[in-house]
Amino acid sequence: MNHLDAELKNLNKDIVAMWKLVIDQLFKSKQAIENFDKDKVCEVLASEKRVDAFELKINMDCENILALFNPLANDLRFVLAVLKINYNLERIGDYSKGIVKLIKNADEPFEKKSLEEASIYGMFDVCLEMLTDSLDAFEHENNEKVRGIFKKDDKLDVVNKSANKIVASLIKHNPKNVLSYLDILTIVRKLERVGDQTKNISEEIIFYLEAKMVRHMKVKEEKKEKKDK
Amino acid sequence: MTDLKIETRDLDLFYGDFQALKKINFLAHENTVTAFIGPSGCGKSTLLRVFNRMNDLIDNVKISGKAYVDGKNIYKKDIDIDELRKKVGMVFQKPNPFPKSIFENVAYGLRVNGISNKTYITDKVEDSIKKAALWDEVKDKLKKSAFELSGGQQQRLCIARTLAIEPSIILMDEPASALDPISTAKVEDLIYELKANYTIVIVTHNMQQAGRVSDHTAFFYLGELVEYDETKRIFTNPKDIRTQNYVTGRFG
Repeated sequence: MNHLDAELKNLNKDIVAMWKLVIDQLFKSKQAIENFDKDKVCEVLASEKRVDAFELKINMDCENILALFNPLANDLRFVLAVLKINYNLERIGDYSKGIVKLIKNADEPFEKKSLEEASIYGMFDVCLEMLTDSLDAFEHENNEKVRGIFKKDDKLDVVNKSANKIVASLIKHNPKNVLSYLDILTIVRKLERVGDQTKNISEEIIFYLEAKMVRHMKVKEEKKEKKDK
Repeated sequence: MTDLKIETRDLDLFYGDFQALKKINFLAHENTVTAFIGPSGCGKSTLLRVFNRMNDLIDNVKISGKAYVDGKNIYKKDIDIDELRKKVGMVFQKPNPFPKSIFENVAYGLRVNGISNKTYITDKVEDSIKKAALWDEVKDKLKKSAFELSGGQQQRLCIARTLAIEPSIILMDEPASALDPISTAKVEDLIYELKANYTIVIVTHNMQQAGRVSDHTAFFYLGELVEYDETKRIFTNPKDIRTQNYVTGRFG
């Protein structure tokens, strides 16, 4: 293995470790809400520092590899993709932190029925699936799996769009609980953003694997472009 | 698209029994820089020397296929090789100034071509040295020996010597490989400026240099032109796995 290969392998190891940590944070955030578990809240908040440390290290490693090794072709695309995925993962970590902070500050658990009505559990499951799929696609260089992630993000967008009406109806029926319902709306928004960040990650994986920019390109357009070729 | 300056069609070249170039189909347009890359012995310098028939000087060379410069088949029997070499200048790896003054090095090509008008020669020498971005450094010592110049300055003097003959194509065989980074940067800047008036083909082992100076890059391997494309594509998304392995340093 040459020196550059060793550096890229280390970078790969670090980004995968960060990915797993961010998935774990989101999973624990879900558990924290489900069980009103303040220990899980503490665990998520504690791991946030590790995510930040990964972000700084990966940033610095990418900068060093670009400056010292001048990677080209697939190596260059790998480093550029990791640099952006690093940023996206750190943002997802922030959303998990934001979610558990709402639980930390809440005096009592959120109503299970309201969480179900706002599809919070379903959103968590879709986000976790998207993140796990993206990691799997990255590790195994699986183009097809990445494309499946875009469709899953559409599901989150649908829930997000209907969230205002659902929360308005909850407030209407039980105005005393308005603050708790607003927190639920905030969680919906944060999970929708987790979906967006994961979609961005998927676009970077496609860039790495296929040297193709699919950002701002709809799936239909991409299919058409493929067909035209 | 600008005019086609150089073209080869199914060009084969043999050194005795050894085939150094295999069915090369290549073209370079006017006012572009093309970089030839590939491991040692892949045929890139051999192809470069096809364009001004420098290979004629080597024994046992056999060439088949076609090679054109400005649309003319340069291997036709009636071709004037001196005219061809005036049109297609060459700069070598090691600076090779003549044991003469700085001025006479540049004037030499003009004199051997029968030019004797002093004013014309003086103007041409000044113009060529300016074009080679060397004037400010040598204008006060034109009568001094060219050997007093640094390696980088000597190489730019050789480029000035080439420019004085007014070629339209310049071939460069690793022109900066014997130079320090500052001299290398000067030669690279010069290539960028010369592109406006000349067609340049450069052989280089320095991948970053190919990326910095060229519009197109050709990758050669075992006498074959494996891939030829825009430089940015060769260095970000090459089509052939051999090119990818070479530019990423995983060859062999």
